[in-house]
Amino acid sequence: MVLNWKTGGVLLGFVFFLAVLLVKPIGVSTQFVILDAIVADAVNPELITQTEDGAYTSTNEYLAKSKGKYAKNASNPLNYSFVFVIAMMLGAFLSAMARGGISKEERKLPAIWYANYGDTPMKRYAVAFLGGFIVLYGARLAGGCTSGHMMSGMMQTSLSGYIFAAGAFAAAVPVAMMMYRKEA
Amino acid sequence: MNIVLALVIGAAFGAVLDRIGATNPNWIIRMLSLRNLHLMKTILLAIGTGSILMFGGQMLGLVDVMHMSVKTAYVGVFIGGLMLGAGWAASGYCPGTGVCAAASGRKDGLFFIAGGLLGAAAYMVTYPTWRASGLLDKLAGGKVTLGSVPGAKYDGLMAVSGDLLGIVLGVVFVLVAFVLPERLVGDGPAPVAAE
Repeated sequence: MVLNWKTGGVLLGFVFFLAVLLVKPIGVSTQFVILDAIVADAVNPELITQTEDGAYTSTNEYLAKSKGKYAKNASNPLNYSFVFVIAMMLGAFLSAMARGGISKEERKLPAIWYANYGDTPMKRYAVAFLGGFIVLYGARLAGGCTSGHMMSGMMQTSLSGYIFAAGAFAAAVPVAMMMYRKEA
Repeated sequence: MNIVLALVIGAAFGAVLDRIGATNPNWIIRMLSLRNLHLMKTILLAIGTGSILMFGGQMLGLVDVMHMSVKTAYVGVFIGGLMLGAGWAASGYCPGTGVCAAASGRKDGLFFIAGGLLGAAAYMVTYPTWRASGLLDKLAGGKVTLGSVPGAKYDGLMAVSGDLLGIVLGVVFVLVAFVLPERLVGDGPAPVAAE
């Protein structure tokens, strides 16, 4: 059972407030880039380098932008934003376990997929993979995702948050209606 | 200290996402297909609550205005939003909820993360093309808020008081959350499947 929207909404809003009160607004999608950079730098140590004055830079233009802040975070994974995402996973895991865990069927296939496409896990995993690809490509192009742009952004009345939300829902609603014609 | 805060706030965020159903693709797709807007009401109420607390706190001097972090507006924000929206609806995950879903045992969440890492890498490689295209150039001043927030390092789009506007918009979000019906598409009670 999910929390009533009034309780859940206030709790979620409070977490977003707490983040901006104590540190900074919540964001997630950048950390996919950071993990990519950590792996890529392990394979090819030339990718991220430190100049004599201690500044970080990269042969990749994206990692080097904004004075190498992504290059720096990838070289120091024990930073706030990266640990935040690891902690999120831990929090979600503990919360799911505390309410008895997710059923075996759901872990394999969400009910909505089963209702529309039957017992086709491979097809579902392919769609999840492709979906992940365009979600993160889009999020990096936009400079943020549902957390950073939509929630944190609109909460701060930032123009970019509204532009992002307009784009996201303009695509999401028709795609959801076309792909999932049967309810569950 | 920062790492402790990352652990505490991050874990709280993940746990709340789990409890409101945001890490469950069934609830995301119910919302996006407009058949059950329960999660939409939750999100709208959260944005409103966060906004009222933050701007209210700033006006009372309890919240540091410098903690605000406003992102740049450019055409690519809209294009990226369209892409994210399409993938969000197809997979039922966005970046944060995808990692949480995988952590709570959903197999498709792992595939989402794998695809996401590849997508982010693809953007890293193609970034120079986007930058050269001009689609990342600042729009309407770039890092702007709708009103002018006193003491903030960002310009306001309009010359109205940004913190008051933030509270007003926060109240609007809360009101919309209350008046939004449970269901906009289809008949009968809004679907609520088991976990």
